[in-house]
Amino acid sequence: MAKPKVAFYWCASCGGCEEAVVDLAENILKVVEAVEFVLWPVAMDFKIKDVEALQDGEIAVSFINGSIRTREQEHIAKLLRKKSGLVVAFGACAHIGGTPGLANFSNREIIFDYVYQKSPSLDNPNKIFPQEKTTVKEGELTLPKFYNTVFTLDQVIDVDYYLPGCAPPPDLIMNAVEAILTGNLPPKGTVLAPDKSLCDTCKRKITKPEKAVIKQFRRVHEVLLDPEKCFLDQGIICLGPATRDGCGERCINANMPCRGCFGSTSRVEDQGAKFLSALASIIDADSEEEIKKITDSIADPAGIFYFYSLPASMLRRKFRTEL
Amino acid sequence: MKKRITIDPITRLEGHGKIEIFLDDRGDVEKAYFQVPELRGFEVFSVGRPAEEMPRITPKICGVCPTTHHICSTKALDDLFKVEPPPAAKKLRELMYSAFMLEDHNLHFFFLGGPDFVVGPSAPPAERNILGVIAKVGLEIAGKVIKLRRECRDVITLMGGRVIHPVCGLPGGMSKPLAEDDRLKIVGVAKNGVEFAQFALKIFDDVVLKNKEYVDLVLGDTYKHTTYYMGMVDKNNKVNFYDGDVRVVTPEGKEFARFRPGEYLNHIAERVEPWSYMKFPYLKNVGWKGFVDGKDSGVYRVAPLARLNVADGMATPLAQAEYERMFTTLGGKPAHNTLAFHWARLVEALYAAERMLELAQDKGITDPHIRNIPTAIPDEGIGIVEAPRGTLIHHYKTDKNGIITEANLIVATVNNAAAICMSIEKAARGLIKGGKVSDGLLNMVEMAFRAYDPCFACATHTLPGKMALSVQIRNSNGDIMQTISRE
Repeated sequence: MAKPKVAFYWCASCGGCEEAVVDLAENILKVVEAVEFVLWPVAMDFKIKDVEALQDGEIAVSFINGSIRTREQEHIAKLLRKKSGLVVAFGACAHIGGTPGLANFSNREIIFDYVYQKSPSLDNPNKIFPQEKTTVKEGELTLPKFYNTVFTLDQVIDVDYYLPGCAPPPDLIMNAVEAILTGNLPPKGTVLAPDKSLCDTCKRKITKPEKAVIKQFRRVHEVLLDPEKCFLDQGIICLGPATRDGCGERCINANMPCRGCFGSTSRVEDQGAKFLSALASIIDADSEEEIKKITDSIADPAGIFYFYSLPASMLRRKFRTEL
Repeated sequence: MKKRITIDPITRLEGHGKIEIFLDDRGDVEKAYFQVPELRGFEVFSVGRPAEEMPRITPKICGVCPTTHHICSTKALDDLFKVEPPPAAKKLRELMYSAFMLEDHNLHFFFLGGPDFVVGPSAPPAERNILGVIAKVGLEIAGKVIKLRRECRDVITLMGGRVIHPVCGLPGGMSKPLAEDDRLKIVGVAKNGVEFAQFALKIFDDVVLKNKEYVDLVLGDTYKHTTYYMGMVDKNNKVNFYDGDVRVVTPEGKEFARFRPGEYLNHIAERVEPWSYMKFPYLKNVGWKGFVDGKDSGVYRVAPLARLNVADGMATPLAQAEYERMFTTLGGKPAHNTLAFHWARLVEALYAAERMLELAQDKGITDPHIRNIPTAIPDEGIGIVEAPRGTLIHHYKTDKNGIITEANLIVATVNNAAAICMSIEKAARGLIKGGKVSDGLLNMVEMAFRAYDPCFACATHTLPGKMALSVQIRNSNGDIMQTISRE
């Protein structure tokens, strides 16, 4: 029997998801043995035209990481969708937009203006911006269009499954691969990680505030961090209550609070809104004035509550602009 | 008739890098362009974020060198909040950073740059990759490489919570102290690292230096540019990755500038070209003369060979001996041979391993006092570290509450942007004559920029494997005359 064909591709990403695959270490050999790669730019020598030459649906599964930020990325995502039986959004950026999705607080014009006009190290007397088409004396050069908005993968193509995390941990990657190889798959649209909140398995759960106790929020650099106590109980913003479990509490292990890279559980529509509601239940205030005082002690709530998930949120982006 | 060659590097840099070579009427190279078609705008979406989150935001620039951005950002926060970390915290940061440099440099040599030499620049392309390296050196050695990588990455996980985007850095310190039994484990990893780094240099010796053809290639003109160099040095002018002054030397090797991180704007400026999203830094006090080398051009280079060129030596004994041996073979300092970046990288890996061992053997590193809480009002902070791929600069401004109002990032590979374009053009010139393109062009061009271990916009960084290229030769109407692909 022919081995199932697999593609692994990166869009607007950092390469961390590729590293996560390399971090499978010895297990990567098992994967390589069981499947036939048809595209894996980071490790193997296949071309887009090879993918174009495949039958529609011929690729068993495409793992796509990164968000969609340029026309070229959208084009390749669509090509892989057409050629693939299954598409898995791999990692936080493809799943919920990722931290670079915070760029949806701005747009192309604002980004170009700073990067190419205002940055303090610039020497750009002729006010040059990168162009989609440039005529140099030898001919024409092109660049792909840079979109105004960061998109999650499922805002551009139909996605079958999601592997969460920045980056997804090796055990979840292996579980997903095995589930796909054995055909032992959950319903379409499932996030391939436990469907409970991070707090449920957190070692510090025992000290998690059950009632309204918080009088003031603090920032991580302002206080010594207690290595045993729930961060929320210390008045430190930790996205655990609004975040899906499965990462192994890796940030908490380094004595730092969660920022939500796994997204929310299936019962939650909007991770930031969920966190807001969790927060509301632990604020200890008697008056509106006091509530305001306490919530004002949270630095950048929009940025922190949507640290990874702004493009996937109901808000999605700040500006109503064209693509 | 004018021709045009499009080199579309469709693996490893898929969608993130592109080369256009234009030929003149005789079919010789008129001009080459290296384009980076990607941008994510970190400087802009960092605005409005709390400064202390920057060490968690900026590593997302690159998942291959997140430790670099994390540590650089943390140092910028020390400067911003005007707080000095306790000695143990500084040691912890440098220990973690040394483990990272050791791992990353070896990854490049064995998986990326090495295949060209270990398997051979003219070997069948299908073998010119990590599998070819394994076939040549044996499974046992491959096992050593995998083990070293895993052990170093476990050290980073232990300290940073996660190896892909660590989270432990705070202004004035670290989030978690090091336990004594963990320290002992790290001593073991570092000892193994020193041994491994020496072994990697031995492989370089056996494979490259004992082969006249390779030595000629390294020393030849095709891969040579006489440029300025930039890198960080300690107070004794020895290479340092974590802290020190930035030193710049002229193409003759004389000190041209030496500056603190806070002074970088007096020395570096960036050009914009309409055909790339990547900017082109140059030395302000020399001036921008375009994509040319020499003393009058402000183009400078960073990364391993540059660092060794700017320094007076290495701070650890085994690496110092290798440093001396390298420059003797290359005919003195500074060395302008682009392919010697590979050699310098291995000398640096040995230094990283020795430094890691020194730090792990320092019992003071387990001191639980690892935080000083900042008390000053923040306004502006600049941090510089040496990334595997060169000098990395993070510059933040905040309001009085420590909310970012401006962020400027000059990422390691960007410093080499102009030099990479020039190297590509020079390699192409050496190969393409009279419109004839040989198969060898593909790998020769590849080798010209692979030496820099390029990490374009830190988003498109290369990993195990090799880059496939397809070259299309078009006539002036854009019709394809000839296609060469390396399978």
